[in-house]
Amino acid sequence: MSDVTPEELKKRVEVERIKDASNYLRGTLVKSLNDPLTGALADSDTQLSKFHGIYQQDDRDLRDERRRQKLEPHYQFMARIRVPGGVCTPDQWLQVDRIANTWCNRTIRLTTRQAYQFHGIIKRDLKRTIAEVNAALLDTIAACGDVNRNVMCNVNPEQSRLHEEVFEYTRRISEHLTPRTTAYHEIWLDKELVATSEKKDEEPIYGKHYLPRKFKTAVAIPPSNDVDIYANDLGFIAIAENGRLTGFNITVGGGMGMTHGEPETYPRLADVIGYCPKEKTLQVAEEIVKIQRDFGDRTNRKHARFKYTIDDRGVEWFKFELNKRLGWVMEAPRPFTFEDSGDRYGWVEGINDTWHFTIFIQNGRVLDTDDYPMMTGLREIAKVHAGDFRLTPNQNLIIGRVSSKQKPVIDALLKKYKLSGSIHQSGLRLNSMACVAFPTCALAMAESERYLPSLLTKIEAIMKEAGLEHDPIVIRMTGCPNGCARPFLGEIAFVGKGPGKYNLYLGAGFHGERLNKMYRENIGEEQILAELTPIIHRYAKEREKGEKFGDFVVRTGYVKAVLAGKEFHI
Amino acid sequence: MQKQLPDRTQTPFNDEQYRNFQQLATTAAPEQLAWLAGFLTAWSGSAAALPVGGGGASDITILVGSQTGNGEKLAEQTLKLAASRGLRASVKKMGDYKLPQLKTEKNLLVIVSTHGEGDPPDNTKELHGFLFSKRAPALKDTHYAVLGLGDSSYEFFCKMGQDFDRRLEELGATRMVPRVDCDVDYEGPAEAWMDAVLAKLATRVEAAPVASGMAFSAAPAASTYSRKHPFPAVVLENLCLNGRGSAKETRHVELSLEGSGLTYEPGDALGIYPTNAPDVVESLLVALRFAGGEPVTVEGRETSIYDALFRQMEATIITRPVLQKYAALARNPKLDELLDEQHKKALTDYLHGRELIDMVTDFPAELSPQAFVDCLRKLPPRLYSIASSLKQHPDEVHLTVATVRYNSHGRDRKGVCSTFLSDRIGEYTTVPVYVDHNSNFKLPADPSRPVIMVGPGTGIAPFRAFVEEREAVGATGKNWLFFGDQHFMTDFLYQAEWLKYLKSGVLTRMNVAFSRDQQEKVYVQQRMLEHGADLYAWLQDGAHFYVCGDEKRMAHDVHNALLAIVAKEGGLGAEQAEEYVKNLQKEKRYQRDVY
Repeated sequence: MSDVTPEELKKRVEVERIKDASNYLRGTLVKSLNDPLTGALADSDTQLSKFHGIYQQDDRDLRDERRRQKLEPHYQFMARIRVPGGVCTPDQWLQVDRIANTWCNRTIRLTTRQAYQFHGIIKRDLKRTIAEVNAALLDTIAACGDVNRNVMCNVNPEQSRLHEEVFEYTRRISEHLTPRTTAYHEIWLDKELVATSEKKDEEPIYGKHYLPRKFKTAVAIPPSNDVDIYANDLGFIAIAENGRLTGFNITVGGGMGMTHGEPETYPRLADVIGYCPKEKTLQVAEEIVKIQRDFGDRTNRKHARFKYTIDDRGVEWFKFELNKRLGWVMEAPRPFTFEDSGDRYGWVEGINDTWHFTIFIQNGRVLDTDDYPMMTGLREIAKVHAGDFRLTPNQNLIIGRVSSKQKPVIDALLKKYKLSGSIHQSGLRLNSMACVAFPTCALAMAESERYLPSLLTKIEAIMKEAGLEHDPIVIRMTGCPNGCARPFLGEIAFVGKGPGKYNLYLGAGFHGERLNKMYRENIGEEQILAELTPIIHRYAKEREKGEKFGDFVVRTGYVKAVLAGKEFHI
Repeated sequence: MQKQLPDRTQTPFNDEQYRNFQQLATTAAPEQLAWLAGFLTAWSGSAAALPVGGGGASDITILVGSQTGNGEKLAEQTLKLAASRGLRASVKKMGDYKLPQLKTEKNLLVIVSTHGEGDPPDNTKELHGFLFSKRAPALKDTHYAVLGLGDSSYEFFCKMGQDFDRRLEELGATRMVPRVDCDVDYEGPAEAWMDAVLAKLATRVEAAPVASGMAFSAAPAASTYSRKHPFPAVVLENLCLNGRGSAKETRHVELSLEGSGLTYEPGDALGIYPTNAPDVVESLLVALRFAGGEPVTVEGRETSIYDALFRQMEATIITRPVLQKYAALARNPKLDELLDEQHKKALTDYLHGRELIDMVTDFPAELSPQAFVDCLRKLPPRLYSIASSLKQHPDEVHLTVATVRYNSHGRDRKGVCSTFLSDRIGEYTTVPVYVDHNSNFKLPADPSRPVIMVGPGTGIAPFRAFVEEREAVGATGKNWLFFGDQHFMTDFLYQAEWLKYLKSGVLTRMNVAFSRDQQEKVYVQQRMLEHGADLYAWLQDGAHFYVCGDEKRMAHDVHNALLAIVAKEGGLGAEQAEEYVKNLQKEKRYQRDVY
């Protein structure tokens, strides 16, 4: 992709100019890291660090206190570790655990995109932390930023053979879409890959300006839609015949983020545009990314996601453009069925005499508390486990591929450290997710991870009263409308508006096939409970056989069904 | 102000002058009088360098060496008293004194303070060295008197005064009156010394026919508040500067000077009269088996023993005089043995980390509340370098105070004034304060001069005032600040302000050393050495170099670093480097405010 003219660059948003001047994402990061007077990076470098998987944050609980103390904010960094498909080795788990306890805030955050997040790294430890992540054969490059992020894949323990093949494609997609710049190795690993010689950085897919906005890719294996395929910019739905992969249905244009009070921004579910044989997977992925690279709006970050590129021009335009670039015409999508988007907790049998145990991890936060030594337990398991660890798209963890011989050993450890007890929760809690929000996320308007557990306890009481203790309802909370916990796919969802205040959304489809809709705006806990109580009781009494909560509230008219992103606010 | 004017015969004026004086004094508004007082002080100050009382050479030289400015104030006071008695005197600072002049002195009054481990003030080292060298002249025709300033809580209390006194005698000079060693509560003894020495001089020197009475000292000061009469300052802000998790407790205290008429300049200090901690007083009372309500007399006024210990007397620090007085009453053989000259080391060891409570529990004595109070010294005010510029904070004064808490000999100890500020005052209570001017720690008069400031820990205080002042006056000179403390995240005092100054360009550069953020400890002097070439270039450009903070551990190392830099970058030998740095001091381009 050729350089843009100065006039064109001038029209674009600031971040585009920062990318332009960054020499393939270097910026002045090295200088920023070495500045001993501040715990922060230079402003422009905070944009570039994201491409390296690093977010500058600060402890917002301390912000006012430190301002009065004439100290700068308590700057710290979040580093996101890419784990394509969420699968890693026990040894990698041990390294992640060690790094979290050495350089971070002694917790590991499992994300909704199957990545690890470290929080609380201070600037002078950052380089060493990233180096240690890489030494564990993991990395953080492109975990954030205007590039393709961590590629998700269904964890599917039941169909292990198919999963192995699909997972291999996931890995290849991830690799193919990873930026080629050597800045990452140069800055964090002291590897001078681009010497003073004539060899220069190149980005054959992205070009020097990368994408206009973040880009998310997921791979689903029906009937599970745990990856929330429709919430992704680009999706691959595995199509199998006789248990063997033949190809993928392709989805485009999904995305969660919006801005309060700006109806021209909205969440959108992806369209299924066709089927591609598995051999063409990488070509399709690359061309779709390139279309967004060339057509995405670089003059407005709130209108830069792929979903707007498609909505502005129409899906038919997109298919035409894609086929033109592919040089062949994509087939019509093949039939498939999704049943749910949740995890299967507890022991599940796979193939070849292997077993998988899914642990419920509230909001994905791995840590030790006085009465629940979760982090220690997982460490002890990692020391003896020969299989793998799988991060689920619902922020949970699977101890995967346990041989039947090892099963009693793992089972004993799960019991010893109270991990097996984690799954004995209400159906509501087991299907809940919250984003990080306070105190570290700069975007949060309201609490999320620190608040949802206590709110759930109160809703659980209502559910119990209604006799719905074990019924699964997808319930999600985020501190802002950017959508990290995919709130617009919750049957019940809370999106932060201000301190203690949330918009209440109802009516998404149970397996992620329909967006929800705002039911009440800007309400606090008391009103949340007052609004939900009669609906839950009525659901208990009036639901049809097998009817999900999200479908029920639509049928009974609490909210209208949202059939397209553009209808979200109407 | 209904004050009686002195009778004409008590003034130096003739009839007409007296009428003018009378008219002005009785008709002028208070602010006019205040202006006049300020004017006359400056007028008389500029005249002070010249011989007073006619055109002849001055008969009396007042030679002063002091670090904090107290000595200079006493010298000025002596000068005025001398003038009021018609004696021709002049004040000379030891740092500016021409050494060959010493042998010509007829009447020499020495006022000198002692610092740290018996060290001379910064600007007196040359004279001190000269006096004790073989080049020192015979002083057979010199009459002299010495006033020593110090703090009896230090081992080498008033050592400089003693040195000068002994050495002048050795050189053949005649002592007019016995030396007086002043403790922190110096005013009374110093005035007694002035009276004695001036009375003696009046018999030796012919008085000029000028004055009787108190021409200058009767002039009202610009502010009616002083060390003797402190101003009750309202606390505006009192917060801890250290972030959560810090091992340090450094407080930022803002006080209101509104209505006091007090003014200060960057580099000055603020004196604070604290009270003792009630629990310290209680434990003393318990140990001594006093109830607290027993009446005692302090300086002629009756009060309770509790109140005397709480408000008036030093209740923590043991000084030698206190120990001696107590020993005389206690009649404890072990204490007597400790005080024996032969056990000096044992005494020093004993005093280290111990306070009055240890003394009264280790050597119990049956004594009356009055007898105990009589052993003690008065609770002196504590001085803190001012951390603000009046130009940026009108009517306010800011301080940066490290709260002192430690455990020694099984007891938790706390700094009297620092815990007074941190624990025992809230917002909108008042604190008795006065301004202590320090002419030896001042920004360059020329605002285009570059300034280098080294101020780790609370040593940062005056440099906050300096940088604020430089911004306020639009000084064009470059500013370079060195700071250090334990941890970057929690102990970077005033970090947000420095970042702002760096951004706006007021601060040209800043280097920091956080000792405990890595395996090896790093201090400011290492940062100086790392940037030695630049630092030397700044000095060559006429930069002024300032150091504030801990004397023993920091200022000494910074001094050596400065010498090393000058030697290396200037290509100088050790002696030449010494000379270069001495010259900086002489030119007042190397100033220290250390403690």
